[in-house]
Parts: sequence; C-alpha cells; structure tokens
Amino acid sequence: MHYSVFSIISQAFKGQKDWKPVWRYPEPKAEYDMLIIGGGGHGLATAYYLAKNHGYTNIAVIEKNYLGSGSVGRNTTIVRSNYQEPGNIPFYEHSLKLWEGLEQDLNYNAMMSQRGVLNLYHSDSQRDDYARRGNAMMMHGVRADLLNREQVREVVPFLDFDNARFPIHGGLMQWRGGTARHDAVAWGFARGADSRGVDILQNTEAKQIRVENGRVTGVETSRGFIKAKKVGIVAAGNTTRIAETAGLRLPIESYVLQAFVSEAIKPLIPCVVTFGAGHFYISQSDKGGLVFGASLDYYTSYAARGNLPGVEDTIEEAMAIMPSISRVKLLRHWGGIMDMSMDGSPIIDKTGIDGLYINCGWCYGGFKATPASGYCLAHLMATDESHPVATALKLNRFETGHVIDEAGTGAQPNLH
Amino acid sequence: MRIPCPFCGPRDSQEFSFLGQTGLKRPDPNAPDAQKQFHDYVHIRDNKAGLTKELWLHANGCRSWIVVERNTLTHEITGSEFASPLTKEAAQ
Repeated sequence: MHYSVFSIISQAFKGQKDWKPVWRYPEPKAEYDMLIIGGGGHGLATAYYLAKNHGYTNIAVIEKNYLGSGSVGRNTTIVRSNYQEPGNIPFYEHSLKLWEGLEQDLNYNAMMSQRGVLNLYHSDSQRDDYARRGNAMMMHGVRADLLNREQVREVVPFLDFDNARFPIHGGLMQWRGGTARHDAVAWGFARGADSRGVDILQNTEAKQIRVENGRVTGVETSRGFIKAKKVGIVAAGNTTRIAETAGLRLPIESYVLQAFVSEAIKPLIPCVVTFGAGHFYISQSDKGGLVFGASLDYYTSYAARGNLPGVEDTIEEAMAIMPSISRVKLLRHWGGIMDMSMDGSPIIDKTGIDGLYINCGWCYGGFKATPASGYCLAHLMATDESHPVATALKLNRFETGHVIDEAGTGAQPNLH
Repeated sequence: MRIPCPFCGPRDSQEFSFLGQTGLKRPDPNAPDAQKQFHDYVHIRDNKAGLTKELWLHANGCRSWIVVERNTLTHEITGSEFASPLTKEAAQ
C-alpha cells in the first residue's frame, strides 16, 4: 500500500483494517541470480538498488538473525559528508544526496532531519586543520561553514566554552548533515526491495560460500544450499568469518564500539555536536533521549558488548563539553561489532573470485553510507564496473599504496 | 577486563595498550615476492572469532610486551606470558 496522508486518514475511517505486513517471509528458492549475505542497511539497500536501478528481481538477501538486527539497529544515527580525502568525499556526498531524496524514493518516513553536524575545535592548530577540511569539501562542491566562537555560541549556548583544558574556539559546521531514524532506514529499504520481488530470508545463516574453478556457485546456508550466479558479502563485523570460507583473507579486524542513550529530556541539543579534543559525538533524538558515543574499545572483539573503561572515557568526554548533562540518567547502552579496515575507509570491490563481491570496512561510519553503499555495490554487481564515486574504494589499494587514511594513523585499525 | 601480567599480576586492562595478532614475521625485503609478503605482513590479519593470541604492552606498568590468550567471543582471558624469551629468563 502506498503511504500518504490520504491513506492514513482513510484508514482512520476503516478501523485501520487494510494495513498489510510490509515484507513477506518467503521460503528460499533453489537458485537466484544474485544473493546478498547480510540483511542490514547496506545489504537491503544493495538489493533495493539492484531491483530498482538494474532490473534484477530474482535476488535474495540472507540474514542470520532478524532484519536490521546488526549495526543498522544500534548506531548513533548520524548522517554527514564532511570528509577530507578525495577518495571519500564524492562517495559520501553521493550518499548524502541519496539521503535527501530517500523518503520520497522509498515512500517511507525515515525521519531524515538535516539539523546540522558541528565539529568543535579547541586550539588554533585545530582550527587550521578544520579549515583545511572545509576547503577540501568545498573543492568537491560540498558546503562547509567555519564558525567562530560566537557563531558556535548562537547554535549551542549550553557548552562549556571556557573549559580550562579544552576551551571551545569554534567549529566546522555542515548544515546539510543531521540524523535519520536508523531502524526505519532498514525497514524502508526492506519494503522497497520486497515490493519489487526480492526475497528477504531472515534467520538464514550463511555457513559456507561455495567456489568451483575460481567461480562462485552459491552459498551453503542454515536452510540448505542456495545456488547463485553472483554473491555479495555485506556482513559488516562478521565479514572476515564468511569471506574466510571462500579462502579470502582481508585487511579487516573486528572491534566493539559502544553507544549510549540517556533518559528523555526537553529539547536541548539542536544539531549533532562532536568534541574535537577527543572522539565524542552527541545528538538528541526526537523522543528526547541524548544519543552519544565515543571511540572503540581498543581490542579485537566479536562479543557485541563493551567494557567499563569505554563507558568511563565516553562520559568523561561528555563532561568536558557539556557538564550541564552530568545529572541526566543513562537509560541504556550497548555494543556492536565494527569491521575496521586497515586505513579506516571502506571497500566495495570484486574479490578475485568470479561472481563474488565484497562490501566491508565501514569502521564505525557505516550508517551515513547506507544508501550509497547499496547503490555502488548494486552498480558493481550488475555491471562489473565500479560506480564513478566508488572507484577509490578498491581492495587492492593496500597493495598499491593508495590507502585512504582520513585519520592518518596507519595500518592500526583500533586507532581509526 | 583484567589482564594477568606475568610480572605485575592481574591488572586493569586500561594499563595496557593493544597491538594485535602475534606471529607476524617481517618478510625478507630481498625475496622475489617481497611486495606481496609485505602487504600481507602490514595489512592482512586472521581476525579470529574465538581463542586468539595477542600482543599487549603493559604501558602503564612494567612496560613488558606480553602475549595474552583471549577469547574474542567472550572476552575471557585464559593465559599470558612474556613475549620475549629474554624477559622470561630475566624474570625467573
């Protein structure tokens, strides 16, 4: 059913009887043209764009848990394109443009809110660095505004501007950035893909990718073997585990990242604010909870739960810029597994095995990339050519030296 | 998470810094496939789910490099030893 204000009003008079489930629970077919491993945001977006842009409908998404149960359901919902490296900016800007039209395209309310993303700077040298980043963005046609202290004060007056150790000197603002409702993004893509004939197979775990004579033939799953001409691995934190079954070794390590939500308070934070002297980001959800997070727990993990030093570090950073929230109660916090690449940037590429494609290395910035990630992987799987905005996101860049290291920290994934 | 340092005893994980997988050997730069070997050495990791052996530095403690046996699925730590045989010898 098409969602609109008219459908809501008419259903109000019909006792809400005509609403239907928005996706099916199909039985797996024996064979598909294409199979996507991973029913998170990126996997569902890939299926959606394969169907919409390239006309493939005999495809399936397999998900070991329920739909959207991984990182798409457990992130801090930030959407932005304020990157610095030439290989990244066009890709993330493409993503932000897709975000801007996503709700109309999907006919689904993803609660996209372009409330602005503000990166604070705390020293003169950091101001220069942020000016450089803003200039890099503008050279790619992406607007950035370098705000001074008073301009920042107009937007977020409640910050601790005169903090003795980390005084706030100003910030780099991307007004087009913001937040979106994370679950709704997964549901919207799932609905769009399902309505075009894509089979979404939940509770179907990929066990083994079958390769014969250098060509992928299908995937052994917990519900039997499914034959497929092309397979895309979009398995986020578990990428290396499934890629290993096809004999692939990847420049990826998995780490846990924690995120936090406070009790709901009245509207306080109008945009996304990040702390420049550490690594901390905070916004306020439409329900009123403060949503925030910081760095990774710095050791490899598949446990999807963090440790207390990470909690302490996050709270300390919050206090450094916003002591006003010190008595707000923490409602819940959780951990997710991040596929950290060796340069901190993603990989969307072929693998050297015919018909096997990979989409991974999202580190902890995957949510904002959801539409473009699906868009570019769909383009790659359909045409065997990288999409023009994703040509730098190659798997072999680690061999050729064309790494895209935004943070400049080298091949140490826990530092990105 | 507490890490049993062979020199200091059980200490809070915050005192340590994490390097990662053990057993990586710097390749011979004169080998014919040195470029590929160096790529693997710098970038490719096992990323095991389960029992792993990792290098940790007791940075805010005795400053020894130690090998910690840890389960990445549960965070359970089942053993540790000095990374260098020389340190092991000196500590005895």
